[in-house]
Amino acid sequence: MTPARRVAAEFATSRIALAGLALLALVLLAAALAPWISPQDPYDLARLDLLDSRLPPGARSAAGTVYWLGTDDQGRDMLSAILYGLRTSVAVGFSSTALGLAIGVSLGLAAAWLGGWLDALVMRLADLQLSFPSILIALVLLAVLGQGLDKIIVALVAVQWAYYARTARAAALVERRKEYIDAAVALALSNARIIFRHLLPNCLPPLLVLATVQVAAAITLEATLSFLGLGLPITQPSLGLLISNGFNYLLSGHYWISVFPGIALVLAVVSINLVADRLSEVLDPHERRR
Amino acid sequence: MHRLLRILVAGSILWGLPAHGAELRIGLAADVTSMDPHFLGIAPNINMAWHVFDALTHVDEDARLIPGLAVSWRAVDATTWEFRLRRGVRFHDGTELTAEDAVFSIERTFQVPNGQFRTFTQRIVGKEALDAHTLRLKTATPYAMVPYDLNSVFIVSRKAAARSGPEDFDSGKAMIGTGPFRFVRFARGDRVELARNDDYWGAKSAWEKVSFRIVPTDPARLAGLLSGDLDAIEQVPTADLPRIRRDARLQTAQKVSWRTIFFHLDQQHDRAPGLADKAGRSLARNPFRDLRVRRALSKAINRQAISERLMDGAALPASNLVSPPVFGYAPDLKPEPYDPDGAKRLLAEAGYPDGFAMTLSATNNRYVNDEQIAQAVAQMLARVGVRARVEVFPINAYLPKARKHEFAFAMLGWGSFSGDLALRTLVATPNPERGFGAWNWSGYSNPKVDELLERGFASVDEKRREALAREAMRLAMRDYAVIPLHHQIATWAMRKPLAYAPRTDEFTFAHRFQAR
Amino acid sequence: MLSHIVRRVLQSFGVLAVMSLLVFAAVYAVGNPMDILVNPQSDQDEIARATAALGLDRPLLEQYFIFIKHASTGDLGRSFAFNVPAIGLILERMPATLELATAAMLIAVLLGIPLGLWAGLKPRSAAGRTIMAGSILGFSLPTFWVGLMLIMVFSVWLGWLPTSGRGPTTNLIGIPVSFLTLEGLRHLALPAANLALFNVSLLIRLTRSGTREALQQDYVRFARAKGLTETRIVGVHVLRNVLVPVVTVAGVEFGSVIAFAVVTESIFAWPGMGKLLIDSINVLDRPVIVGYLCIVVTLFVAINLFVDLLYSWLDPRVRPGEAR
Repeated sequence: MTPARRVAAEFATSRIALAGLALLALVLLAAALAPWISPQDPYDLARLDLLDSRLPPGARSAAGTVYWLGTDDQGRDMLSAILYGLRTSVAVGFSSTALGLAIGVSLGLAAAWLGGWLDALVMRLADLQLSFPSILIALVLLAVLGQGLDKIIVALVAVQWAYYARTARAAALVERRKEYIDAAVALALSNARIIFRHLLPNCLPPLLVLATVQVAAAITLEATLSFLGLGLPITQPSLGLLISNGFNYLLSGHYWISVFPGIALVLAVVSINLVADRLSEVLDPHERRR
Repeated sequence: MHRLLRILVAGSILWGLPAHGAELRIGLAADVTSMDPHFLGIAPNINMAWHVFDALTHVDEDARLIPGLAVSWRAVDATTWEFRLRRGVRFHDGTELTAEDAVFSIERTFQVPNGQFRTFTQRIVGKEALDAHTLRLKTATPYAMVPYDLNSVFIVSRKAAARSGPEDFDSGKAMIGTGPFRFVRFARGDRVELARNDDYWGAKSAWEKVSFRIVPTDPARLAGLLSGDLDAIEQVPTADLPRIRRDARLQTAQKVSWRTIFFHLDQQHDRAPGLADKAGRSLARNPFRDLRVRRALSKAINRQAISERLMDGAALPASNLVSPPVFGYAPDLKPEPYDPDGAKRLLAEAGYPDGFAMTLSATNNRYVNDEQIAQAVAQMLARVGVRARVEVFPINAYLPKARKHEFAFAMLGWGSFSGDLALRTLVATPNPERGFGAWNWSGYSNPKVDELLERGFASVDEKRREALAREAMRLAMRDYAVIPLHHQIATWAMRKPLAYAPRTDEFTFAHRFQAR
Repeated sequence: MLSHIVRRVLQSFGVLAVMSLLVFAAVYAVGNPMDILVNPQSDQDEIARATAALGLDRPLLEQYFIFIKHASTGDLGRSFAFNVPAIGLILERMPATLELATAAMLIAVLLGIPLGLWAGLKPRSAAGRTIMAGSILGFSLPTFWVGLMLIMVFSVWLGWLPTSGRGPTTNLIGIPVSFLTLEGLRHLALPAANLALFNVSLLIRLTRSGTREALQQDYVRFARAKGLTETRIVGVHVLRNVLVPVVTVAGVEFGSVIAFAVVTESIFAWPGMGKLLIDSINVLDRPVIVGYLCIVVTLFVAINLFVDLLYSWLDPRVRPGEAR
C-alpha cells in the first residue's frame, strides 16, 4: 500500500472528518462553478433593480424568478452574491496560501540546506515576524499599501510565509541527516535538485497539515479585514464584505443579508478545519498513538 | 440578609435596571474629536460646542438666524457692523461676558494651528469693543454675511482660554462658556458628560445631567435605544425607521435637513478621468460638457425609488441645491422625473447611442447611505447604457483627490443657510480672492450666475436678495451645473415620554429635549 | 541564569532597533513623510514650520536620529484629527484595551484549561467529544461574526447585557478601570467573551493533547503502580507538566489578544487602542498609526521577553544554548 493510500484509508476511519471533506468538496465545487450555477450575475448592474431590494427569502421578482435567499439592499440575489463571494473568499485564501507556501518552503529549505548567513537571516526574519500577531501585520501593510485585491494577497502572503519557512526548515534539518540525502550528495546532484526533488517530498506531511489550517486562517483573516473596511473594494465583494454590508440590517429584521453569508463562511472554514484536524492526526507521528 | 443581597445583585446584573432620573443619555452618530470650538469644523464637534458655548447669533429649528449672545445688530455703513451684546450673561466660572471676550474669540480662530474656523472670520479686518456690550467689526469690502458667519464663531472666556490649546479644552480647563450646560468630562471615543447650567440666560434644560455616548456604528446605536441603554439617538439607520415607527415604546422626530446630496460633473477638461467608450478607448470629447448628456443622466436617476427603497423615506427628491425651508429656494423648480427612455434618446442625440463608460466616485463614511446611493445610481445609469464603475473612499481621502480634479462624476453633500451661499461655493466661477467657487469641482462657469450672486451679496434688502438668489438657482439648475439628487431628512428616535423639536441643521441639542 | 537574562534583554533591544528602522523606512523612505506627519489641510506657514521641526529637509541618516530622539522622548507627532500628541492619545486608550485583553485571557484560561483537561482525561466520552467539537467551532467561527451574534442574542433579544461601549470607570492607582462596578462588568461581559472564544478553543486543544501525552509518560505509570489516587496523579503531576507549555502559550497569546481586540473593539464600540487604530486608518490620521505601531511593537517585545524568561525559569530543561 503506498503511503498516500494508507493516509487516505486512515483518514477515512473518522466519520466526522469524512463529513468535513464532503462539505469542503461541496464548498469548492460551488465556488468553482459560481458563474454557471448562479441564477443571476450579481455584478451586472444593468440587471439589478432597486425596487427588488431587501426582499425576504423565497420572494419573487417581477420576472417571476424566485430569490431563494432573499435580496440585499441593492436588489441583488443573495444566493448569487454568496456564491460569487464564496468564490472570491476561497480564491483569495487558496492563492495566498499557495504563494506563501511556495515562498516560505523555498526559503526554509534553502536555509536548512545551505546554512550559514542565509539560514541566520531567514530565521531571524521569520522569528521577528512570528512574534507579532498576523492581524497586526496585515493591518499595517494594508494601511500603507491601500485597498485592492493584489494588496490583500500581498498582506496574506506576508502573514503566512514565516510559518512555512520555519516548518520546512525544521523538517529539512531532520531529513538532511538521512542516508538518501548522503547518496544524492555522493551522486553530485545540484543543490536545487537535491532540495526540490529529494528533500521536499519527504518534508511534505507537516507542511500539508499546516497549509490546510492556514487556508482556513487566511479566509477568516480576509473576511475580518473586509469587515473592518480595509479589504476588498465593493466591486469584488468577498463573504466578509457581504456580512459587513448586512450588519446594518440585522436589527431591522432583514437578517438574511448578513446571516446567510456568515453561515457560508462558517461552513467553508469549519469544513477545512475538520479536514485539517484529521489530517494532522494521521500525518503527525506524535498524534498517531491512538 | 446575605442571600437577599446576593439575589439583588444577581437580579440587577441580569435585568440591568438603568438609572433614570434627571439624566438624559443620547447616542451620537459620529465621533467627537475635540472639545476645542475653534479647531475642527466637523458637525459632531460643533454640535458639542453648542452645549457649552454660545455664538453672537444663533439659528432656530428652521435654520433662520436669531439673536444669540447679541440681541441686535446693524450695518453702520457698508463696511461696518455693530453688535449689541446681551447684558448680565455669565460664564460658567461666574465672570461676566463682555465684548472683549468676543474680540478674543475672533482673534483665537486665527491662532489655533490648523483651525478651520478662520474661514468665518477672514473677512473681518477690524474689531473693536466700543464698550462692554457693544462690538464693532469692519470688513475690507461690503459684505452682508457677517451675522451669518458669526453664527459659527463660538465665544470663549478670554480669561479661561488665554494661551490654551486643544488639550486644555479636552481636559476641561478652558471649557468655560456661557452655554446651557457645564462641561463635566470628555472620555475620548466613549462619551461626553455635561451638567445643567442653572444660571443660563436662555431657556433652561429640563435635564440636570446629560451623557452623550459616541456610537458611530449604526446597529449598535439603535440597539442601545432598543435595550434601554440610551434615551434618544440621532441619525436613525434608515432601514430601521419602519420598525421604530411601529414600536409603541418609541417615538421619532424628523425634519427635512439642509443637507442636499448632488453630483458634480466635470465640465472644464477636454479629457476627464475615467471617461471612455465601452471598449476602453478614450472619447473624442468630454460628454459632460454637453447639456443633453447632463440632462440625460439626470433623467436616468429614479429619485423616487432611492428615497423610498434605499432611504426608507428619509429623503426628499431635490430640484434645488438647497432644501425647501432654506432662504433662496426656488419653488417653481421640480425634481427631474424618471425617464430612462428620454435619457437614451438624449444620449443618442448627443452622439452616444451606445452610451459610454465612466467612474462614479463617492464617500463611504460621511453621508447617510452614501455608498449604497452610489451603487444604486450606477445601477440606474447602466440601464440607459452608461456603464459606471463605482469607487468609494473615506472622506479624508476623498476630499484631497476631489480637489485635485481626479473625479469626473463625484457625489457631495452640502448644507447651507441660503441658496446664494450654496451657489457661491459650489457653482460660481472659482475666484479665491472673492471666495467664490471654493468647492466648485466641476469648473462650471456661468458669468450670468456670478453676476446675480454678486448683486445679491451687495444688497442689504432681504427681499431683493432672495429674488436674485432664486433667479441664480433657476439659471444654474436649468443648465444642469450639477445634478441634484435629494435632501436628507434628519431623524431622531427616542423613548416615548420624550419629545424633540427636530432641526434643519441636523444638530442634536440636549436642551431641546422635553419630557412629556 | 543571569547571563541568559542579560542576553535576552539585549536581544530585545536589538529587535526594537530593527523595528524602529523598519518603521522609519516605511514612513520616511517608502512613504512620503510630508503626507504622513504633516496635516494635509495646513496652510503654507504651518507646513514650513512642521518641516523644519521634523527635519525633513536634512539627509536621511540625520532624520533617522531625529526620529529616534523624538520617539524615545515620546514625541511621535500630533494627531491630525484630535490635534493632541499621538502618544498621549494611544496611552489614554491603552487601559481600556488591556482591561479587555486581561478579562478575555482570564476567561480563556479559566474555561479552556479545565475543559481541555476533561477532554484529555476522557477523550471518548460524550462530554469529551462535545468539548472537542465545540473547540473546532470556536476556532473556526470568525470573531466578528460571533460578536454580531452575541449582540443579537444577549442584547437585543434577551436584553440582559448592554450592546456597546464601556461602563463607568473608577480609578485604580491612577488608571481608569471599569471592572470594579457592576455596570462596568455588564459592559465588559460580551466583548471579553467574544475576544476569549478563539483562545478558549486553543487552550482546550493544547491542554487536551498535553494531557494525553502526559498520561502516556512513564512517571504516570509509576505513580499508578505506587498506588497514588487518580486525583493526585492528575491534580499534581499531570497538571504541572501540562501547565508549563500551556501557560507560556497563553502568555504569548496575550499579545495576540491585544492585537485582535481591534475587531472586538470595533463591533462593541469599546474605546480602546484597537478601535483608535481602525478609526485612524479610515481618516488617514497617520501620526496615530505610526504611534500605535511603535507602542505595540514595544509592548510585544516586552511580552515576548517576559514569557521567554518565565518559560526558562519554569522549565529547567530549557536553558541557554539549547536549540528550541
